[in-house]
Amino acid sequence: MNKETSTLKRMVGHQLFMPIISLIIVMLITVVYKSLFGKDGVHLDLTFFQIQITNGHLYGYLIDILNHAGGLVILAIGMTLTVASSAGTDISVGAVSALCAAVCVRVLGRENVVADYSTGVYILAFIAAMLVGALCGVFNGYLVAYLDIQPMVATLILFTAGRGMAQLLVNGYIIYVRKESYKWLGSFFPHIPLPSALIVAMVVAVVMYLVLNKTALGLYIQAVGINKKASHVVGLNSKMIILLTYVFCGWCASINGLIKSSEIASVDANNIGLMMELDAILSVAIGGNSLGGGKFNLFGSIIGAVTIQALSTVLLSMSVESTQVPVFKALLVAAIVVFQSPEIQRWRRNRKARAAAAGKKVA
Amino acid sequence: MKNLITKMSTQAFVIMVTIILFIIMYAAGCVVYADKNFTNIQVFFNLFISNAGLIIISASMTMVMISGGIDISVGSQVALVCMMMCDLVMNKHVPTAAAIAICIVYGIVYGIYAGVMVAYLNIQPFIVGLSGMFFARGMTAVINTGMLSIADKTFDVLAKTKIMIPIDFLAKVNKRGMKIYPNLYPSVIIAFLVLVIMFVMLKYTKFGRAIYAIGGNEQSALLMGLNVKKTKFLVYLLDGAIVALGSVVYCMNTCGGFVAQAQGLEMDAIAAAVIGGTSLMGGVGNVFGTLLGVMTKATIEALVSFQGSLSSWWAKIIIATLLAFFIILQSIITRIKAKARD
Repeated sequence: MNKETSTLKRMVGHQLFMPIISLIIVMLITVVYKSLFGKDGVHLDLTFFQIQITNGHLYGYLIDILNHAGGLVILAIGMTLTVASSAGTDISVGAVSALCAAVCVRVLGRENVVADYSTGVYILAFIAAMLVGALCGVFNGYLVAYLDIQPMVATLILFTAGRGMAQLLVNGYIIYVRKESYKWLGSFFPHIPLPSALIVAMVVAVVMYLVLNKTALGLYIQAVGINKKASHVVGLNSKMIILLTYVFCGWCASINGLIKSSEIASVDANNIGLMMELDAILSVAIGGNSLGGGKFNLFGSIIGAVTIQALSTVLLSMSVESTQVPVFKALLVAAIVVFQSPEIQRWRRNRKARAAAAGKKVA
Repeated sequence: MKNLITKMSTQAFVIMVTIILFIIMYAAGCVVYADKNFTNIQVFFNLFISNAGLIIISASMTMVMISGGIDISVGSQVALVCMMMCDLVMNKHVPTAAAIAICIVYGIVYGIYAGVMVAYLNIQPFIVGLSGMFFARGMTAVINTGMLSIADKTFDVLAKTKIMIPIDFLAKVNKRGMKIYPNLYPSVIIAFLVLVIMFVMLKYTKFGRAIYAIGGNEQSALLMGLNVKKTKFLVYLLDGAIVALGSVVYCMNTCGGFVAQAQGLEMDAIAAAVIGGTSLMGGVGNVFGTLLGVMTKATIEALVSFQGSLSSWWAKIIIATLLAFFIILQSIITRIKAKARD
């Protein structure tokens, strides 16, 4: 075997190979679609990759995707940890996002159109929202870690009740915020060319990368995910670690809620974070992480999140209704879990082993 | 109290708590809203009428939960089937009976998908349900993003025929001295038929007992010589068909379809099952307990709507709280029992 093929093999075998390839495929499909069905007839259309600077901010299709992906990237990071530690997903993230956004806007003002607030109140509102997100995480985590309830049933409670509480907070209205600074988090901070959501996502990603890889926490989470009892016997506080991952996931959901509500400068309890739990789970799965818990790769989930956002944006630009998009994602998630399923994996391993045995005989 | 818990089965204890809760709530309603006719026997029958579809779906959920699985796609399936019914009957002019058949065939196809995924490919039921949930919700939007309603003669006969209950004891005498009997719709009859059939199937057939055995301990069921995979597959197939039937019954009550319909119904169904004594771990459960769960949920909704000024979201929040309470209750009882055994 020469060196080149082994490098290729290592690349193909790498966990990040599939996520990156799927991202590239989505981009290629967009370029082909735009080239074939563009306004000016069939010609190579590369507007997808164009990035321009207007008013000191970066603009372009790619930037747009990255900007909208910011919230999802943060959610995906939180979801990766819950999946890794408890082999279960937190399906309440969408509802918790809506709840936190509602809390934020209620701290800002009691009217249906919030016109003005002071900076202090603004910071207080953010802290309140984050606290509520973390509290939701404590609730989920307590049920999962200490009462041994399947994660999806435990989080199902907030999945419906969270949106209900958000509705009560905003009295069923859509609350508008008419102050420029509220929009910053969802678009651009003044004088900074990169979208704010992207910056926040990058900060969260880097901090989490350092925390997970430079301390033993990442290893602990993996150990708990692979075998809870064994890690308890080794001396890890398994329950506390699972609880912490849920609290972190709840906090991530609150940040996502703040970003999403800032994007539209309003709080719509019905639609903020709607169906984002599937997006987050899908990001984790596309990133090559097993939904069965244990080992995880943060970077894979991040690329997965960007891929999902690219897919949504592309589908929407092909004039698919936003309510119809879940069909494609559901099919995608079904395909990925089938591919990841233990039975299919065993079948592939057996086939490989048989092929190897046959190869030996020939030699 | 501890003595009582250790002596009774978990299921019996939970059902006891539920019955007490139900009676207290209903009695409270009768006292507080006496002026608004809460005591009228028709109010009680209306609980069944407005929840006939949910009764069927929750019964199916109970069966799946007994087998150790779960189906969180039911809410979206209801939306899709309602939309399919409306679209088929109103826009495609398919006869009602054929439309119902098509919906149930769809349910079976989805059931086969879920069954293959869970039983033969060993994928967590949650993930399968989640994919089904978003698929169905999206497909509803693909059929129609707006709101459709259904107005068809045959369908109306099925949905709106009033069946009087000719029991003098329950009748009310109006001003002209005529007896007004409480009435039910055919949907309730269908729901009860399904309940009885499922009860008999779970309790007395080989297939039903196999479901309990698998939910109790899959490994032992396998060692006993049960065909675990086939049974699980059949459970999901049957679940698909029954949920589709339940959705058609649900449609008889709402007579319409829109994308956001029945959002959160999966939690109602799971809550009904858990409140009715079904174990989240599998192996324990009873469809009539689930009926009690649905009635509890229906009473909460009735109380909220009789109050008048409360947002309907309160009903959802209370039910979620109740679900959390019962989950914690189950967990505590299991712990006390484990301690008593040691």
